[in-house]
Amino acid sequence: MVTTFVFVLTAAVMLVAALIAVLKDNLVHAAMGLVVTLFGTAVLFVLLESYFLAVAQVVIYVGAIAILIVFSIMLTRRVGAHWGRQTNATWPWALLTAGVLTVLFALMVRGWDPDAVLPAAAGVPEDITARLGAALVDPNGYVVPFEVASVLLLAALIGAVYVAWGGRKAEKETQG
Amino acid sequence: MDPTWVFIGVFFVLAPLLAAAPIVIGHYLGPHKPNPIKNDVYECGLKTVGDAWVRFKVQYYLFALVFLIFDVELVFLYPWAVAYDMLPTFAVLEGLLFMIMLLAALIYAWKREALDWYD
Amino acid sequence: MAFLQDPTIVVEWLRQLFLGWGLSPSLASLLLYVVGALALATGPLLWVIFLIWFERKAVARIQDRLGPNRVGPYGLLQPFADVLKLLTKEDIIPAKADKVLYWMAPILSLAGVLLLWPAIPLGKGIGGNVNVAVLYLVAVGTLSTFAILIAGWSANNKYALLGAFRTVAQMISYEVPIVLALLVPVLLARSMNLQDIVAAQDVWFVVAAPLAALIFFIASIAEVGRTPFDLLEAESEIIAGFHIEYSGMKFAMFFAGEFLHAFTTGVLGAVLFFGGWRGPGAEAYPLLGLFYLWLKAFLLYFVIVWIRGSFPRVRIDHLLDFTWKFLTPLALVVLMVTALLDKALAAAGPWARALGLLVANGLIWLVVQRWLRGVEKRLEPPMVAQPGQYPVARYTPPEPQAAEGD
Repeated sequence: MVTTFVFVLTAAVMLVAALIAVLKDNLVHAAMGLVVTLFGTAVLFVLLESYFLAVAQVVIYVGAIAILIVFSIMLTRRVGAHWGRQTNATWPWALLTAGVLTVLFALMVRGWDPDAVLPAAAGVPEDITARLGAALVDPNGYVVPFEVASVLLLAALIGAVYVAWGGRKAEKETQG
Repeated sequence: MDPTWVFIGVFFVLAPLLAAAPIVIGHYLGPHKPNPIKNDVYECGLKTVGDAWVRFKVQYYLFALVFLIFDVELVFLYPWAVAYDMLPTFAVLEGLLFMIMLLAALIYAWKREALDWYD
Repeated sequence: MAFLQDPTIVVEWLRQLFLGWGLSPSLASLLLYVVGALALATGPLLWVIFLIWFERKAVARIQDRLGPNRVGPYGLLQPFADVLKLLTKEDIIPAKADKVLYWMAPILSLAGVLLLWPAIPLGKGIGGNVNVAVLYLVAVGTLSTFAILIAGWSANNKYALLGAFRTVAQMISYEVPIVLALLVPVLLARSMNLQDIVAAQDVWFVVAAPLAALIFFIASIAEVGRTPFDLLEAESEIIAGFHIEYSGMKFAMFFAGEFLHAFTTGVLGAVLFFGGWRGPGAEAYPLLGLFYLWLKAFLLYFVIVWIRGSFPRVRIDHLLDFTWKFLTPLALVVLMVTALLDKALAAAGPWARALGLLVANGLIWLVVQRWLRGVEKRLEPPMVAQPGQYPVARYTPPEPQAAEGD
């Protein structure tokens, strides 16, 4: 019962924040709306008893990605300036599509029982994080995606450094 | 629901309220005499010029980027560390390989002078 | 007597009290959580008042002066006078400041520090039992970082914004060595739960991983923003940095948050590396465990204050070089060596394991020293001897960088 109440509250807050993120004129306010939405996702993870994912969500999304986004907004824009309308001419079609999707979702959740037991409550094992760790490096598990992820991160860093910094290095070489 | 997390949830609601209480008290206890000079932004005693806008410096962005890469790496490494007992030596070496990749990323950024702070 | 053995009977007594008032069991539970949360939140806030006095007295004595000594005996009532002054100051909100974010920033900053406390184990069976506690600590730390960014931007002041960017750059740069160094106790204890980490410390982890403890300590000082890394609050450099437009109680919240964060760093260091609440007799008497934790945390806080009184400030580029080019690679190397060795030493007893890892740390430190000496030799200015005078190091500046392309 309490879980349902918290879920509904979190979902409402997340929806409002997402609308702020999409519709607001002021870019920094929109970024804050995004942060609240990401945080709400973490709360939803906690409700599903997936604590590791919840803290990982906060650490990566709120702690790194949101800061990156806010940095890029604050550093490259005259924030506070008004950027005009946030919608373009096709907004009636978008509203229609959103309405149809809402009706479809409502039909899907029509049988929702607020007192139903969440699937996670049926028993998340105690050592779930340890099992995740073991699965990540298990040759029959996810070791290949694990190592490929590290190569991907290396590639991402090289690419980002080149894009942001490469031009400057070439410039220095032609001048120095 | 794990009772600790219920406690954290309650704490999450309560801590900002507790932090906000002295601020609200202070707001109402102090005098209220705003005038344009007091409300002006502080710029070493000179008149303010233009909006608050900081010159774009790519270093800030690069630091945030390298931090993001390392953050994602570390979130992968924590379950590996917790599962250490269950892992054969081979699996420990896999984790080490992961760390060496990221050490290589750090060395690349270092050599490319992406971690320097030019001014 | 029973209370000394098991303080949780207070919880039971309170629950019976609430049930006796006719509340339903779930409401009684909720009320218990609220009471517990209030106690856990106000305790550190009240303790901050003493910390402020202690820091001012200690730094003053290090600098060969008296410190506060007028208000109350030995100046003990000084923080109360400070609080009263800050409470009655006028709340000046700068023009065109972003109202919502301007109010939210100090609250978020202090809440970010208070939220660290539920995860900390205060005694056997008391306190934090969060199963992902270490990552939870990192996650809550990012809240404080965000608060600073919001504070700097919402004040609509160029210097505040610049200060906020530099502060956030410093904080995220130092977060990497912290998270890496935190991985070492997690590895040694095989669990992220701080209660488990304390329970696994038959031998304190500072013996098994002194380098990780040192890295954690130094990086935490920088993360909190204390000297020698407090460039961002320096009067002469950036005029109080990101909280320049805050006055009165809002500034007090930032200030209290910083002191509390420093003390919480001491508590975390004690929990992670110095055995937390463990000590003679702490198993039987949990309150004694709480006392041991407080004592260890206070000693670490004293070292932080000592460092504040003794070191000059570090320049921003040196600061960032220090973390990215020294602390992070060192932390990675320590982690790799610890991971490899622990597998080999896993079968040995706790003392053998700790000493084996200590030897490994010592070897890493020797290699680092050799490398640092090499770097020093490369950067040392050559000694130039004028006839009839002592040789003087003549500093030759490096080649000038390209003037354009900024």
